[in-house]
Amino acid sequence: MDALSAIRETFFQECEDQLAELETGLASLEEGAADGEVVNAVFRAVHSIKGGAGAFRLDALVQFAHAFETVLDLLRSRSLDLSPPLLKTLFHAADLLADLVSAAREGTIVSPSRIEPVEAELRRMAQSNGPSAPDDADDGFEPIPFSLDEMAGSPGDPSVRRVVVDFAPNSEMYRKGNEAVRLLRELSRLGKAKIDCDTSALPLLDDLDPNGAYLSWRIELETDAPVSQIEEVFEFVQDDCRLGIEELPVEEAPKENAVSAAPPVPAAPPPPTPDETAEAAAPAARKEALSPTIRVDLERLDRLINLVGELVINQAVLSQRVTEAGFSRSSNVITSLATLEQLTREIQEGVMATRAQPVKPLFQRMTRIVREVAEATGKSVRLKTEGEATEIDRTVIERLADPLTHMIRNAIDHGLEKPEARLAAGKEYQGEVRLSAIHRSGRIIIEVADDGAGIDRARVRQIALEKELIAADAQLSEAEIDNLIFLPGFSTAQTVSSVSGRGVGMDVVKRSIQSLAGRLSIASRPGEGSTFTMSLPLTLAVLDGMIVRVENQTLVVPMTAIVETMRAKDEAVHPLGADAHVLAYRGGFVPLIDVGVVLGFRETPFDPRRGIVLVVETEGSTACALAMDEIFDQRQVVIKSLERNYRQVPGIAAATILGDGRVALILDVDSLVAGARRQAPPTSFGFAAESRAQ
Amino acid sequence: MSMTILTVDDSRTMRDMLKLALEGVGYSVVQAADGIEGLEALENGAPEVIITDINMPRLDGFGFIERVRQDPRFIGVPILVLTTESSNEKRSIARRAGATGWIVKPFEAAKLVDVIRRVAA
Repeated sequence: MDALSAIRETFFQECEDQLAELETGLASLEEGAADGEVVNAVFRAVHSIKGGAGAFRLDALVQFAHAFETVLDLLRSRSLDLSPPLLKTLFHAADLLADLVSAAREGTIVSPSRIEPVEAELRRMAQSNGPSAPDDADDGFEPIPFSLDEMAGSPGDPSVRRVVVDFAPNSEMYRKGNEAVRLLRELSRLGKAKIDCDTSALPLLDDLDPNGAYLSWRIELETDAPVSQIEEVFEFVQDDCRLGIEELPVEEAPKENAVSAAPPVPAAPPPPTPDETAEAAAPAARKEALSPTIRVDLERLDRLINLVGELVINQAVLSQRVTEAGFSRSSNVITSLATLEQLTREIQEGVMATRAQPVKPLFQRMTRIVREVAEATGKSVRLKTEGEATEIDRTVIERLADPLTHMIRNAIDHGLEKPEARLAAGKEYQGEVRLSAIHRSGRIIIEVADDGAGIDRARVRQIALEKELIAADAQLSEAEIDNLIFLPGFSTAQTVSSVSGRGVGMDVVKRSIQSLAGRLSIASRPGEGSTFTMSLPLTLAVLDGMIVRVENQTLVVPMTAIVETMRAKDEAVHPLGADAHVLAYRGGFVPLIDVGVVLGFRETPFDPRRGIVLVVETEGSTACALAMDEIFDQRQVVIKSLERNYRQVPGIAAATILGDGRVALILDVDSLVAGARRQAPPTSFGFAAESRAQ
Repeated sequence: MSMTILTVDDSRTMRDMLKLALEGVGYSVVQAADGIEGLEALENGAPEVIITDINMPRLDGFGFIERVRQDPRFIGVPILVLTTESSNEKRSIARRAGATGWIVKPFEAAKLVDVIRRVAA
């Protein structure tokens, strides 16, 4: 990535931070914090976005950010009062700003018909304050690159003029880093200059103060630049020098003493009063203490995590080899190894934790979703969050945003009743959506709960029947009915509204969560509300797996997929056709898949009664049974991508390296089952064919 | 020997852009995220030029400039204000605080380098 693209990426990351600051700040203002520093922070957030956007020529974004910033500037200079209508406008503006940033990032555009009303609102708010109009130079804002000598001034008079400039700097000017030579050079750029230096005030060397100013100049300038442009060369030094600028009538020669168009100014500007300095420097109470942090490249962290993964594997290999070498249990080698194991485990946990981030920013993004959906559905909703400080691996957080959004939309659109209905039911006018995150036994549990009407079980059952997702006489528990909404094909025209009907059903959401090695379920209490519960692993880099053997291959089956393990009893296994079997399980039958045959490890089918059967749950919550030869044990393995090192293989999710140094494939249960169900012949798994060819 | 320029801006994007532009022509760049960090960075020695934003948390540009100008170690170090604003009022404040010059964002890299060269010479 070249440098400029990298900075562009930085810019958009920074925009995310600024937008979060903006949201937090506005939320504080809404809660009544009249703190000037909060308003300043909000202003700076928009100001920063505008600045960066200008650099990348993102015009639509710049223009809107400028309108937004103008109102915020008035607010922070107390020319505007923070009224509820103003706050509402600011929230709308913040939402639009976020959308403009996204559009700029993706190269799409936001329709002007969406931008104009908000801009108009902002302009109305800005003008409502009356007399103190924004500074004139900010009107007609245009991002133009600027340099010191190209000052905006009145249009040049084409005719040449003669100007005499008398310039006598004092020492203060030099202290501020200005140099007479440079200024003279600037002047000479404006035309033809004749420069005379007056050294008469220069003392002898012994009396010379190196920081003193003893020189003055007289410059005769022939230029077509307007006088204002000449004045602007001296704009920043005007307080620290004696300056005379006089335009001569064209024919006259300059007089000797034509000086002092401007009155003499004091030698040095008065030092800033203690009050001013205090105001500028006072560390205003920020909302949160600045905890020492450091920005680290995500790539670096990933590399580090990878290395640690290798470390863990190698340490396991070492342990194995040491054991095989036959050291006695009590030997020094064994105990040292145990220490090494402990240390490695701690390093791994520590490194994993660096990528862990609090869910707070994710939850905060949801406040906007809640606002939008509530407005769109005409309901009053408040969002309550718990456990914002809970940390999850960054990669997991990023992939949670969409599913979480859909669940919240669902909760508000379908779960919560309209305010009148709520009042009639004796509930509060305002509905509540509660978002919580907590660590529990090595996983993260995230809940989205609403205090609405709960799932209408009769209707759900009806819909499932109509869509032929369940049998007419199926006996389902209440929980099973609730979870029917996750079946593919469940969402119907009736459940699609203008809000949640953005095309995804709960089945897609569930699959997203499952792709994160998580589980999703719903529980409902009629009249009281529903709760979605998501259970996620702490990280995607390691996996809890069951180590099994199929033929001569060692495989890993993810624990999250396994429902039960059992020895297949004779009477439970029934043949189906020539080669297939089914397993009698919990009052029904589930397909029994010969993993060895499906993956091409063997050709002759395996008698499942001789081995172990794993009952697994796949997407769509249908159960299936996998026949394995043997189970070794259960342990945590480091996931190594197969795609990155080899290529994608159907039925296989990834790989890992076991303690004995061999590669063990990690099964992709869903893909395996789907493939077996399609009755695809084993050779269609190219991997198997290749391995045999070797 | 390359010169050192101190850049003070709370936007990481802006700091990176300045660094890219200035290092590209041989300057050595020191970065600070606000006025306080800027003052801390100055403890390591006077740079050839200071470029600062106005709107920053903790200590803003004006405050920073004033503090630098009070310090005798930094006499004669040019301080350029680099900001999106261009109001006359703000320019005056900067001037009275002791700024050497004012550049409006967004800047073209070549122009910025040109200005710095002229100011630092």
